[in-house]
Amino acid sequence: MYKIIRAEKLTENIYLMDVEAPRVAKKCEPGQFIIVRVDENGERIPLTICDYYRGRGTITIVFQIVGAETLRMADLKAGDSFHDFVGPLGCPSELVHEAKESLQAKKILFVAGGVGTAPVYPQVKWLHEKGVQADVIVGAKTKDLLILEKEMEAVAGNLYVTTDDGSYGRKGMVTNTIQELVDAGNTYDLCVAIGPMIMMKFVSILTKELNIPTIVSLNPIMVDGTGMCGACRVTVGDQIKFACVDGPEFDGHLVNFDEAMKRQQIYKTAEGRAFLKEKEGNTHHGGCGNCN
Amino acid sequence: MAAVETATKVSGINGGKVMDVLTKVPVKEQDAKIRATNFDEVCLGYELEEAIAEATRCINCKNAHCIEGCPVSINIPGFIQKIVEGDIEAAYQIISESSALPAVCGRVCPQETQCEGVCIRGIKGDPVSIGKLERFVADWACKQGIRPEGAKEKKGKSVAVIGSGPAGLTCAGDLAKMGYDVTIFEALHEVGGVLVYGIPEFRLPKEEVVAKEIENVKSLGVKIETNVVVGKSVTIDELLNEEGFSAVFIGSGAGLPKFMGIPGENANGVFSANEYLTRANLMKSFDENSPTPIMRGGKVAVIGGGNVAMDAARTALRMGSEVHIVYRRSEEELPARVEEIHHAKEEGIIFDLLTNPTEILVDENGWVRGMKCVRMELGEPDESGRRRPVVKEGSEFVMEVDAVIMSLGTSPNPLISSTTEGLEINKWQCIVADEELGRTSKEGVFAGGDAVIGAATVILAMGAGKAAARGIDEYLSNK
Repeated sequence: MYKIIRAEKLTENIYLMDVEAPRVAKKCEPGQFIIVRVDENGERIPLTICDYYRGRGTITIVFQIVGAETLRMADLKAGDSFHDFVGPLGCPSELVHEAKESLQAKKILFVAGGVGTAPVYPQVKWLHEKGVQADVIVGAKTKDLLILEKEMEAVAGNLYVTTDDGSYGRKGMVTNTIQELVDAGNTYDLCVAIGPMIMMKFVSILTKELNIPTIVSLNPIMVDGTGMCGACRVTVGDQIKFACVDGPEFDGHLVNFDEAMKRQQIYKTAEGRAFLKEKEGNTHHGGCGNCN
Repeated sequence: MAAVETATKVSGINGGKVMDVLTKVPVKEQDAKIRATNFDEVCLGYELEEAIAEATRCINCKNAHCIEGCPVSINIPGFIQKIVEGDIEAAYQIISESSALPAVCGRVCPQETQCEGVCIRGIKGDPVSIGKLERFVADWACKQGIRPEGAKEKKGKSVAVIGSGPAGLTCAGDLAKMGYDVTIFEALHEVGGVLVYGIPEFRLPKEEVVAKEIENVKSLGVKIETNVVVGKSVTIDELLNEEGFSAVFIGSGAGLPKFMGIPGENANGVFSANEYLTRANLMKSFDENSPTPIMRGGKVAVIGGGNVAMDAARTALRMGSEVHIVYRRSEEELPARVEEIHHAKEEGIIFDLLTNPTEILVDENGWVRGMKCVRMELGEPDESGRRRPVVKEGSEFVMEVDAVIMSLGTSPNPLISSTTEGLEINKWQCIVADEELGRTSKEGVFAGGDAVIGAATVILAMGAGKAAARGIDEYLSNK
């Protein structure tokens, strides 16, 4: 069992938890992920690591309610435990392997979208600790869905917040802000974009035009997370990669996003039914397409 | 038990007639039509009197070929004679000396090519049903709560075992019996490796059989830590240098799925057999209440002809699908066990032999809508000795399917080899280890099972686990 030390609701449907997992906390690096299970019947849910405290042996995870299982996770409180918590999985961010001097000479732009702000944070923090100030764009649908703003502010060089509806910070998509920054004369050697698949797709299209090498972090469907099932396969250039062991980070200019987005839909109907069943319980009143 | 009594019982089940010693006592099975709709075990096993009757067919050869035919060298005539005497507990202890997982082996071993394949009875008539007898003894012992005997003295040394599949459990069990302090590290949340994620419930019940065998290994003092991915959560060098283990056994299996490399293979509805079976077995998706989803119904093509292909096909059948096995050679070359093929056919799986897919056809939403195939014919034998399938000119056709399960074999996961310095691997990513004692190129590190030989059988992995336990004992005794 893996004890939850802290559980916080960040916004309407995004939650943050610190979980005791000493083996993971000892070994993890920015860019890696874990898999968690609520209870002995739970589904394996992959989540990118948001932060870690080696001394305390804890990992910070941030998740959004997207289905029945994350809804059940959101019910857990500090003091409760996860049945399973395994990691660190996947490869660390490539930045981790680069020399400090070479990193300091680089101008890096991070682009975070929605709950994707969580996995961007440890990378920016890690660079900050190495004396590298990176620019960060955080995008959210609306003000109420913005997360980790203060935390990000503390470690970012320049922080640009943008909301789709203009309810906070700039108005518009993250791609608008990228274009504006470049138009204003900023140059970047590297862009790291993490967020919804559709955002990463459009960021990659733009940065290709702008000639900025771009890394994205994919979160496809997976079961074991160790290379066994192949559910997370993704086309990168002319190669087929498994996001769980070859990724989760890939060259955004080579990822076939359209295929990846379709693959995310495989179990949509089944997941939707499960979500309604969990949320509405005995009060379920139809509409799921599978009941009488 | 008196021989007279036994004879009475024997004649009893044959309706009073004298038993035909050339024919094995048939084993009861769930009816094919009924079992095609449930996940309960297909084979129901022998009752005591049936087991005794079958045991009397063993002629207790002095020079028992069956022992040589067994990868873990079980004293087969020895335990069978104990069944004849009616002393099932003694039979169990004899098996336990050599095997940590008899209830598993009695169910999934390819006996026809091992012990039963060399049984003298088989020269004229049926060989003795050694597998079914082993299963009977193990199930009986389990029901009675009889456990294998543990170590009398502790050695005071610790060994780490990576992977809780058949190789790891066997190696751990043997080392514990020798008195070593053993910890198994398992990457998944459940213990058992391929026994829980790969082999379906209807062939190998998880709670009544696998979990019980694992309890037996634990009762020998073996500790198990789940959710540890060696290579990621901890490295082998850390286990040896920081966590106090004196030796390591790698039994991490062959978990990496292969795909064909044909167009359309990333379409929605194309799964590796590993994914499909892991969802169904480990995540229990066959139960509609499991939160882990799985594809149900429709028309499914399973590509491949091995045991895993049969398992995937028979699982899909039980999930309400029309299932076709698509295999590029002919029936004779099917690598699956005869019993599995027989069961699959009985249940209504359709075999499309001498057929090979060349492209997966995809609809506008990214889903499988069909499969382009060609017909094959057999040409000259290739390096494997089997006749090479060659494409029949102009035979291309489209098979309409809703899902495709790729069951083309697996290879070892490089997570461990790529994070362990000094560990030699071959061109197939298999860890190089000697057969006799499981020694690798790295001191104190031993390996066996599918991680070394590539995808094979449960019993070969167990044999390798046993050999490595001897190797580790020899290494630590001389250290």
